[in-house]
Parts: sequence; structure tokens; C-alpha cells
Amino acid sequence: MPKELLKVTDLKQHFPIKGGILGRTVNHVKAVDGVTFDIYEGETLSIVGESGCGKSTTGRAILRLDEPTSGQVEFDGEDLLSFNKRRMNKERKNMQIIFQDPYASINPRQTVRQILNEAMEIQKVVPKKDREARIREIMDTVGLGPHQIDRMPHEFSGGQRQRIGIARALAVNPKLIIADEAVSALDVSIQAQVINLLKKLQKDFNLTYLFIAHDLGVVRHISDRVIVMYLGKIVEIADKKSLFSNPQHPYTKALLSAIPSTDMERKRERITLKGDVPSPIDPPTGCRFHTRCPFATEKCVNETPQLRQADYLKGGHQAACHYMEEIESGEHQPTR
Amino acid sequence: MSEQIQTIDNPQTSIKPPNPRFQNAKNTFKKIRKSRNAVLGGLLILFFIIVSLVGPHLVPYDYDTQDVVNKLAPPSSEHWFGTDHFGRDIFSRIIHGMGITLGTGFAAVALGATVGVLFGIISGYYGGKIDTVIMRLMDILLAFPGILLALAIVSILGGSIINVIIAVAISSIPVFARIVRGSTLSVKKLEYIDAQKALGASDSRILFKHILPNVSSPIIVQATLSIAIAIISASGLSFLGLGAQPPSPEWGAMLSAGRNYLYSAPHVALFPGLAIVAVVLAFNVLGDGLRDALDPKMKD
Repeated sequence: MPKELLKVTDLKQHFPIKGGILGRTVNHVKAVDGVTFDIYEGETLSIVGESGCGKSTTGRAILRLDEPTSGQVEFDGEDLLSFNKRRMNKERKNMQIIFQDPYASINPRQTVRQILNEAMEIQKVVPKKDREARIREIMDTVGLGPHQIDRMPHEFSGGQRQRIGIARALAVNPKLIIADEAVSALDVSIQAQVINLLKKLQKDFNLTYLFIAHDLGVVRHISDRVIVMYLGKIVEIADKKSLFSNPQHPYTKALLSAIPSTDMERKRERITLKGDVPSPIDPPTGCRFHTRCPFATEKCVNETPQLRQADYLKGGHQAACHYMEEIESGEHQPTR
Repeated sequence: MSEQIQTIDNPQTSIKPPNPRFQNAKNTFKKIRKSRNAVLGGLLILFFIIVSLVGPHLVPYDYDTQDVVNKLAPPSSEHWFGTDHFGRDIFSRIIHGMGITLGTGFAAVALGATVGVLFGIISGYYGGKIDTVIMRLMDILLAFPGILLALAIVSILGGSIINVIIAVAISSIPVFARIVRGSTLSVKKLEYIDAQKALGASDSRILFKHILPNVSSPIIVQATLSIAIAIISASGLSFLGLGAQPPSPEWGAMLSAGRNYLYSAPHVALFPGLAIVAVVLAFNVLGDGLRDALDPKMKD
């Protein structure tokens, strides 16, 4: 068993809603509500889910870009949330983030050289005299030429900008990289280039990825394990193969059935979910999916299902559904 | 999909000037040059600055050379703008006063902008209680008309050019604070600020290296327009006798002295007044031009 690099326990991120004349907190948006998972060294763990399910918030909370409400985030055995600001800033060289929008994620007034130099300067990872060489080396690693070192961001395309973002993250030699929808804003052909680059970097530098995405095709290509989130909670966690071949949670099934298939022979039945995602301000009781789940019963409304592993499942495949065995064997039929 | 990564553009075909910083400034300059107002205002102000530096050495009279025999003489070839009630050459006095006027304007705005930008950027970045305290303070300052506030401050501090500069600076603080706060609020949400936080950058680095350069355009525009206002306020205070003291050739003071002879010798008040109008107009024209040129919505 490989070593655990990151251990997230019962992470919660509730954003206050201020209201009234006095600006008092009237309610909370429960963006992430009790999320627990581990990431092992050298693997790629993906988080998927629809917009607003809390996947990006989870990533940001781990890095303390937004201060999480409660929970534990252990990195290499140390609790990040207990660190003061200074200690945390020091620790940041071990974990970096790549953002979604390549147009907003780099300062438009800095050249590539300044961007990379500043990253090294902040974390003091490379002595001043070696920085120039290191900048060129990193640029080469991400596929930028040395002639581009003094260019401004507006002179680059979206894909190239994303490479600059990756280079900036790599500049401090991190162990963990959180890719927050890192390829969602790119053209499909550029997506492939960037994903292959990420894969190559992982191999070369033994990086660990937390890959946040909504594109299941991309996730299938890059991940070792996958987490499916719905409304701030994990509904299913499994290794890639097991999840895609044998999804357990009704939500995961619906999600996977939405992938367009080119296989005419094996046309799957499309499961269409009705209604909208409920508001995270006042999430449904019990299983959060019960308002849209075709299999929901009284029990789902009252009891919150825990992540558990059914007897017939292998590895770490867990799902949070009361009825996964019954649905699997066909005993429990859709109730609506 | 090959594993190989290729660089997208070709080093042979790309033409690149050596210094990109310079290139960036050049682009900005190009945009400014497209605005006719900005060019006109800029050239005028450049002219005024040169006059204020070189002029005093070239004019035929000193600003306090009296010639009582020729007092209140109308414009002639010897005294282009005529003479005042002490027989001093008005043209020479206006040229001598150019430096005072521009100096007060620049100094007051530099001081006010520095403090205002600092307040605004801190207010916008940190938010919460700090924001509330700073902005309510600015609201209080903003509640008074600028000239009235300056008047009150000068009457407390006492009349002198330095105190006028301080007074006008204080009254220009809230405008800068508000503009910078607004821009900071929008810039701090951008992902490159998060990226700096994720790298472990200090707050001061984020504030001054990443936010400040990206909110500079509205600051520049506002500074230009504020100089015009500052010049009017400073002249106004001197007109009331609270600023520059005689025999200083401050335009507001000259205007004030000339108002006693409006019927018999209108040129004594006319020329200092025209000088104020010209300089203020030049800054306004430049400010409007810069606003058009630096408006982010008008990217070429």
C-alpha cells in the first residue's frame, strides 16, 4: 500500500450569508458538508460532480485559500489547519494549484520570467544565481521555448497560458498539485496536449494530483481513483475501473449514462434526472439525492446513508446509498 | 496523441523587441496617442511645465520689481499684460507664478493620492471591519464640499502654501480611496491573486506587486482630473487670502488684488484668471483623453 500524502477528514466549508440592516449572519451555504478521503502518493484522484456540488470548494479549502469551517486536513502527517499563517505559507511549496481560466490566472503585467522568478523568490527554493537556468528548464519541461521567456501573457494562446500556470506551480517543486478544472476552458485538442503534459510531469516528478473536473471523459483518461460528489457530500468513491464498469450509487449511474457513446451495439439506457439540484443553503434531509432519486423511499428521507462497501465490491469501492445491494440484485425497483 | 510536447510557435519566425516592458509602455502610449484630447492636453501641460522651469529666467522683470510711476498701466509692448497697482509686470508675475500653481497642484494630488490609494487598497483587500471604518471616514470627508473642507483645514492650520497643499490633499483623499477600493474588489477575486496566495506570497507583495499595477489606470485618470480641481481649490484659498502671502505671484492672490480695479484696470484680474483657466482646462482635457484611452472596454 502506498503512503498517504493527504488525509482529509470530515471537511466542512459553510459560507455565511449576511442579511438585514445589521449584517448579521442569517444562514449558511453548506458548500462542502463533511467530506472524508485520502490521497496516496503518486496517484491521481479525481473529484467529479455537477456545478455547485462543492468540488472546487474542497480543493480551495485544502489549500486554505478559503478558511474551512471545520474538519482536518493532514498533509504528510501534519494538520494543515493547525498551522499559523507563517507556517502555512512555508508549507505551501509542497502543494500547488492550477486554475481553470488561463486568462484570469496569470497577472497580465508580468512576463513569464517574472512570474516564475517570483514563485521561486517567495519560497526561496532556488538560489538567486541558479534561477535563470531553472526558469529555462521549467519552461522547457512544460513545452515553452526559451525565446518566450520575456513575453507578456497577452502574447500567448489559452493553451500556452495554461502551460505558464503549470510552470508556475512546478517552480516550487510541489508534491501535490490540485488541478481545479485545469483543462475545462481549453479546446479539445489543447485539452489532450495539456492532459498528456500533466501525465508526463507526474511520471517525471512523482507528483500527486487532485484533479477536479466535470468532464467524465477526461477523468477516465487521467485518474487512478474517482470521487463523485453531490451537494457537498461524497456519494461514491472507487478506483476508476470499478466506478466506470460498476457504478453503485443511483446518482453515479445517472451521471455515467450521460456520457455520449460511440458504441452503437451497446446502447445504454439514458437515465434522466428530473428537477434541479436543491439549494445548498437548506439541503434535503437524509440522503441528499432523495429529491431526484428514482429509487427513493421513506428511509432515504429520514436516514443519512454513510459511505460503505457492499460485500460484492472489491478494493476501496464505497458508495453512500441504503439500497445499493437491492438495486444491484434487482430487488428494489424504481419507486417513481 | 503523442507524448511529445511541441512549442507552438516557431522561434525563427517570431520577431521580438528586446525589452517587453518597454513594449508594453509603447502599447499604452500608442493607445493614448490615438486620443486627440490626451495628446492636446499632454502637450499643453508639457509646455506649461517647461515655461514654469525656464520662463522665470527669461522674463524681463522679477516678480516683485515695482515701478510705481507706471502702476495700473494697460497692456503695451513693454508690459505685455500691463502692470498691477504696484507697477509690477503682470506677464512676468504670471510666468513666475506658473511654478507655484503647478507645484501646489502636483504636490497636493501626489499626497492625497498616496494616502487615498493606500486607504482604498487596504479597505478593498481586507474588507470587514477595516473596510467599514475606513469607508465611513471617507464618507465623512466626502460629505463636505471639497473647497469648504480645504477652507476649514487651512483656517485651522493657518495660511501658507504648505498648509494649502495639505488641505487640498486631504480633501482629495476620499475620491481616490473610493475608486481604488472598487477596482481592488474586482481584481482581488481574480485567480492570479489566489495563485499568489497559494504560493505563499505576503499580503504586502500581493497588494503592491499584483493588485496596485492592475488598478493603476483609473488612478492615473483620476489624478489628472484631481490636479485641475486642486489648482482651482488652491487658487481659491489664495484668493481668500488664506494661501500664498504677498508679494508671492500666486495667481489666485493676483486675481484677488486685481478685483479692486475691475472697472478702472480690468487687465489686472483678467490675465491671472485666464492663466488659471488655461492650466485647468489643459488638465481636464488630458484627463478626459486618458479616460478614453485607458478605458479597459476600449481594447483595440
